[in-house]
Amino acid sequence: MASPLTKEQAIDLYFMEHRAKVIDLAAFLDRIDRASGEPSKDFRISAMREAIALLLDGQSDRARRILELWSDPTENPIDKTTTKGASGTWNR
Amino acid sequence: MYIDPHIHMVSRTTDDYQRMAQAGCVAITEPAFWAGYDRASVNGFVDYFRQLTDTEPRRAAQFGIAHHTWLCINPKESEDVGLAREVLGVIPRFMDRPNVLGIGEIGLNKNSKTELIILEEHIALAKRTGVLMLVHTPHLEDKLKGTRLIMDAMRNQSIDPGRVLIDHVEEHTVPLVLDRGFWAGMTLYPDSKVTPQRAADIFELHGTDRLWINSAGDWGVSDPLAVPKCRVEMKRRGHLAETIRKVSFENPLQFLSQSGRFKITTA
Ligand SMILES: [Zn+2]
Repeated sequence: MASPLTKEQAIDLYFMEHRAKVIDLAAFLDRIDRASGEPSKDFRISAMREAIALLLDGQSDRARRILELWSDPTENPIDKTTTKGASGTWNR
Repeated sequence: MYIDPHIHMVSRTTDDYQRMAQAGCVAITEPAFWAGYDRASVNGFVDYFRQLTDTEPRRAAQFGIAHHTWLCINPKESEDVGLAREVLGVIPRFMDRPNVLGIGEIGLNKNSKTELIILEEHIALAKRTGVLMLVHTPHLEDKLKGTRLIMDAMRNQSIDPGRVLIDHVEEHTVPLVLDRGFWAGMTLYPDSKVTPQRAADIFELHGTDRLWINSAGDWGVSDPLAVPKCRVEMKRRGHLAETIRKVSFENPLQFLSQSGRFKITTA
């Protein structure tokens, strides 16, 4: 099913919303810089930086590729659960 | 007019039923899920199943919404195999209630061996009793792996994929689920699943067959009006009224009608 929008219409309709999200992301990374403690090596932020690089690689299917990048790539069930929650990106 | 095929009304107020009715909701289905804490015994589930098969249909009927449900012990509580098997033992007592459509939302959470064993036992129960299944896929980084394990577990018991809805699909799992003949559900959550915009994108990418939208509204950050919001998003983009009706009404009607028990009026 094709998109009913022209490129111009898609930009007009969604630019402001996503402009705000880009600034949010920038402010989030700044917030981590300003927070106390050593420079962070948190695996989630490393994964986020990789995803940001992927946005600029010129290829399409970005949403699917970021979700795959952040997914557990293993195939077999784990022996036992240690938590009910998920952290948002796979900790390699 | 729309159907919300996955919403946890036990966690919502009566005002939500009213607002959903005002937004055009005519029917819902409510899968059994995790209450936010682990229940102490099988009796907690017996009471929950009474609430799902007796209290909620009456509460929904006040607003002309037909209420249906799915029964199971959810994967978050199935690490305790003894408890899980006790719950599996009481489910058949409720299967004849008129609003029970099948087994759900079963599935996986952390993709553990125990979760998989209890999932397999639910699949066997559904197969034995000939009912539909509604399946929860894991969150975030666990989703892709869990979706594959779930589909393999269905195949191992020769389940007809046309009678299984795999829920909470996102861009990386939609094609896998649809290519294997299953139905797929997109959950509209503000943060952790898909937004109305992304759901509309996914319809454009993968078509509208065997694919529906739901709010999965529950006790967490969620929105019981997410389905009508997605309808507005599709309209705003210029999608046809018949396309919007297909994904938010005809598709759930087609899948759920296979149960022989799904209805869209409370009369
Ligand atoms: Zn749910």
